[in-house]
Amino acid sequence: MAGHEKVDVLIIGSGASGAAVAWSLAETRMRILCLEQGDWIKSTDFPANRRDWEARRYTDFDILPNRRGRATDYPVNDDNSLMKIANFNGVGGGTVIYTAHWPRMHPSDFRVKSLDGVADDWPIDYWALERFYEENDRMMGASGLAGDPGVPPRHPPMPPIPLGKTGTRYAQAMNRLGWHWWPSDTTVATAEYEGRSRCINLGHCTPGCAQGAKASTDITYWPLAIRAGVELRTRCRVREITTDERGMAAGAIYYDGEGREQFQPAEVVIVACNGVGTPRLLLNSASARFPNGLANSSGLVGKNLMLHPWPIVSGYVDEPLDGGRGPITSLWSKEFYETDRARGFVRGYTLQFGRGTGPANQAIMGAAAGHLPWGRDHHRVYRELIDRRVNIGVACEDLPEEHNRVTLDRVLKDSHGIPAPKIDYTISENSHRMMEHGIARAEEILTAAGATRLYCSRTALNYPGHLLGTARMGTDPERSVVNEWGRCHDVKNLFIVDGSIWVTSGGVNPTSTIQALALYVADQMKQRLANLFD
Amino acid sequence: MVPADGAWGVPGADDAAILSDIVQSLGHDVPLVRQALGEIAAKAGGAFATLDRDRREKLINEAYAGRSAAMVALGRVVVAAYYRDDRVLMALKFEPRPPFPEGYALEQGDWSLLDAVRNRPPFWRDDRGTSAGER
Repeated sequence: MAGHEKVDVLIIGSGASGAAVAWSLAETRMRILCLEQGDWIKSTDFPANRRDWEARRYTDFDILPNRRGRATDYPVNDDNSLMKIANFNGVGGGTVIYTAHWPRMHPSDFRVKSLDGVADDWPIDYWALERFYEENDRMMGASGLAGDPGVPPRHPPMPPIPLGKTGTRYAQAMNRLGWHWWPSDTTVATAEYEGRSRCINLGHCTPGCAQGAKASTDITYWPLAIRAGVELRTRCRVREITTDERGMAAGAIYYDGEGREQFQPAEVVIVACNGVGTPRLLLNSASARFPNGLANSSGLVGKNLMLHPWPIVSGYVDEPLDGGRGPITSLWSKEFYETDRARGFVRGYTLQFGRGTGPANQAIMGAAAGHLPWGRDHHRVYRELIDRRVNIGVACEDLPEEHNRVTLDRVLKDSHGIPAPKIDYTISENSHRMMEHGIARAEEILTAAGATRLYCSRTALNYPGHLLGTARMGTDPERSVVNEWGRCHDVKNLFIVDGSIWVTSGGVNPTSTIQALALYVADQMKQRLANLFD
Repeated sequence: MVPADGAWGVPGADDAAILSDIVQSLGHDVPLVRQALGEIAAKAGGAFATLDRDRREKLINEAYAGRSAAMVALGRVVVAAYYRDDRVLMALKFEPRPPFPEGYALEQGDWSLLDAVRNRPPFWRDDRGTSAGER
């Protein structure tokens, strides 16, 4: 096995959190190395460059690794979960293929036990993260509109995405109902920003942005981190984190691009593989000293997986709207976000209003919903549907339950022989009630918007891929994996900075909070450099 | 599944160029598409091609209604190739080109609609003892 010179900080994973923590720690002038199992993605690689751009959402730019099947992916056994696991293995991680929706958690999300008597409070609160949210908004380049009465104050540096015909139609319906709406915050550049070109409306943002208008960490944090001296090594798949005789992390064993086993020693190891990759790695790092997996004396590594149930209600209006000629993100509504027990459940959800898609995906979705027939009627009906689709996603808070978990599959392995993650996940009764409430409200809204042919997908294809909670933070080592600043209770030079440290999930897309947390942990580390391992 | 239609001025998915595109783009969907074709053939008692048009369409729609992964994959690969064909897109008044580099225009829409929301007091729940609206 080849060896390497010891680094001060080894970061595993270059996605949302790994990039943020690398950039933040770079100012310390420590020697920092990041290992990434995927490749750099070039702007010319993205689907919007080619005529088959819509089909590639289901092939090499699918959000599901099991369908995508790139050489850099690992398989996931999610047969025992209605919701499928999404990720991307490449520089930038999931930010390459996210939708760029940019809500923050709410203050109440960090206090669910105190306020609503469920799950646990976080050991930190919204206000501890607020300045890191702001810093991250500047780094990623957020677009949005200040003044939203549904969320705490924030200051997006760019204006929001245009309402367009679709957003206008939704807004009219929401005003008719008297319910809150606001243009969604996104990380789509609506103006030239820090070397990024502005959005030119290439369609659905999820499968990557050929224009470079969508913020992904390969074009935001990483160029700055690398310029500041951080090394990023691609095609390096980490198998396990090793420990020394004192029980401290010694480094990582990984396979390089040629499949050769390598060992990278480090003073500090930071895991940034998100809610499935991180527990997989920790569980696969079991040893005589840590027989149940690394940092797992609590037994909670892999448990409390939260995936965000996300029903989508769609319909068709009587006039052509924007179709796929704009970002899919449009509006959000916080009308039903905060707990109201009269609704029959605790916690709440964000309503997310989507724009349409391109001509092929409109046919795919029309057929899947049973609206678009095959045969001689196909063309007539297609012309009734084209560019008229409206849809609302119900982003439900998923509360932690220990039986929802990631373990190591005993049979399925990746191309290097590393056990694949196995997912066991069910949707809770509280979530079911929340979903049905949200579906009914979405149907009201679409009806108010004049939509007909309503259709609901309760576990929607391709949504959402949020992987949270499997190495939760807390002050009690028996009830958490990392402490209130991301350090593992069991291994004092091992940190986790990704979505796995979340205590609860909120009802929002997580990337903004994942990165704010990573910046927060990095800041805590910088403040404690002299006694980081005490 | 998607027949030619002179009235709409479109070829069918069985057009040689489109069918070739479908076949070339199957990729990892080959097993599912094979399975779907097998399901259709089985429903037709092995005589799908000999059925009349009405019965073929009815059979395919019935098979698709079950939403099996195989049938959904078959439908997806057919329309993904069909709705990128120049003739089809031009008949629909779409430009036959990839989105990049030209992009598209997205109108601003009616921002005055937001006035109804702007004046609403803050209603997010503040965990610091007072509601946001009271601070």
